Amino acid sequence: MAATIAEKIFSMKCGRSVRAGDVVMAPVDAAMIHDITGPLAVRVFGEMGGERVFDPERIIMLFDHQVPADSIPAAENHVFMRQFAREQEIHNYDLLEGVCHQIVMEKGRAAPGEIIVGTDSHTCTYGAAGAFATGIGSTDMGFVLKFGALYFRVPESILLEVEGKFGRRVGAKDLILSLAGDIGADGATYMALEFTGRAIEKMNMAGRMTCANMAIEMGAKAGIVRPDAATWDYVGARRDIEPFDLAGDADAAYRERRHYDVTDLAPQVAVPHNVDNVVDVTKVAGTKVDQVFIGSCTNGRYEDLFEAAEVMGSADRFADGVRVIVIPASRTEYLKALRAGLIERFVEAGALVEAPCCGPCMGGAFGLLAPGEVSLSTSNRNFRGRQGSTQAQVYLSSPATAAASALYGEITDPREV
Amino acid sequence: MRVWKFGDDIDTDAIIPGRFLTIYDPAELAKHAFEGTRDEFAKEAREGDVVVGGTNFGCGSSREHAPLALLGAGVKAVVAKSFARIFYRNAVNTGLLPLVCPEADSIRDGATVAVDLAGGYIEADGKRLPIEPVPGFMKEIVDAGGLVAYAKNLKEVKRCSTE
Ligand code: SF4
Repeated sequence: MAATIAEKIFSMKCGRSVRAGDVVMAPVDAAMIHDITGPLAVRVFGEMGGERVFDPERIIMLFDHQVPADSIPAAENHVFMRQFAREQEIHNYDLLEGVCHQIVMEKGRAAPGEIIVGTDSHTCTYGAAGAFATGIGSTDMGFVLKFGALYFRVPESILLEVEGKFGRRVGAKDLILSLAGDIGADGATYMALEFTGRAIEKMNMAGRMTCANMAIEMGAKAGIVRPDAATWDYVGARRDIEPFDLAGDADAAYRERRHYDVTDLAPQVAVPHNVDNVVDVTKVAGTKVDQVFIGSCTNGRYEDLFEAAEVMGSADRFADGVRVIVIPASRTEYLKALRAGLIERFVEAGALVEAPCCGPCMGGAFGLLAPGEVSLSTSNRNFRGRQGSTQAQVYLSSPATAAASALYGEITDPREV
Repeated sequence: MRVWKFGDDIDTDAIIPGRFLTIYDPAELAKHAFEGTRDEFAKEAREGDVVVGGTNFGCGSSREHAPLALLGAGVKAVVAKSFARIFYRNAVNTGLLPLVCPEADSIRDGATVAVDLAGGYIEADGKRLPIEPVPGFMKEIVDAGGLVAYAKNLKEVKRCSTE
């Protein structure tokens, strides 16, 4: 029977045909916990009478939201989690590696056909590896730590067929912002987004991660990119795995099929205070910015930093009065950027380059905004108060638009630089 | 018991800002609920008050601090036209009732409210508005008073079983 990718993944896991709307107690291939939501999950696991976790090898633990510890309670959380990792023999990446979603991907902990949960809403990022990955709360995670399974309602899927070729300095982030604008902040609630089409096939893994990452911004449970050669190369370089076919069937019962063409897409900007409040960059060009943040699980990879540096061209300074904060998403990505000379360029131009972590995106660690300040950020949320004061304004864009704006101190169309 | 009325797309950053996420105690979290968004909430919310939202209530982060902050403030139920997925589940798991009410828009801020779960309605300012039933597999968790109580005496789960 014809099926979507999400239906196929649940069917594979359960050895029988499972369809959208079915509720199944599905086994979980991996479970990710971090420093903010992890401590509560661990506590709940204890309250549920948990003694040994279902499988320490399937648990991914790391700290990224408040690192290095920015307060005594944050430090205490880290100590608590380290202790749990030791007791349970869980490998803990601690605060050494970077932002959770980047780490799960780059360490090869996500693969096509897997079901992965994480106590973080952007867990949907691993759909870029062809996994069914979704964010859950800490209490659900306590249950998963104990039983290695969770009740899932298998979601309906929306098929997104994306064709065409991106114009100069337009890319994955512009696409996903425009999709958020089109579908709306709750347009895909309880559903899975399935990405296909030539524009996706030609997109590198970094871009696919940017797209899958923001599926949640449309309310989606998962955002899955159909695995292809690029996926298998990426995953195969990180773990032993035999490629297999995992595509949605042409006659599957998609809730909806939507067609897009990126050929004439302009750089996109989400304006305060909703991610689906999206306009062409030309509509907001000239808006003064106090802070530019290039980083996060959405856009903190080498490819993103390269994109920003390319827009900088031979410019040697960012605009006066703009704080530019650059945070590579992981140690690996940091090293790649460092060795390619990008970090030196950013620092010379006046940026603060921080060690891999969530940084201002988390809105609790550092890089917070004062009332009245304006920030342009390559992250995924511009909710009121997300990056500090509820009286601050946050705009979202691609790394190219962020870099162009950092050069001029105002929102700037990267195609004009 | 009064209604605290909010609009559409109330996100978890608004319910509890990121800088308070090292707190896990509901009573402590409640002191910062809606901080910067609606400051009087933390001071004036009383046991049994009801939060009412529009569409997509609780969108954003998976932080369970959000339902915990509301519980800590004495709120037992959130009524909205629709909920974001993770918040809905977190609410059920932690014992906060998420109630889908298609007519939530008609409820005014400050209205006197009572919830009748068994009857399937809420009464706001004397007017009865229907609420949708909690889906099957979540109902057991609601009845148990949350996922911890539900899972406590569970020795194992049957993989791939349906509800
Ligand atoms: S970078 Fe931002 S969105 Fe990504 S995990 Fe960290 S806080 Fe969440």
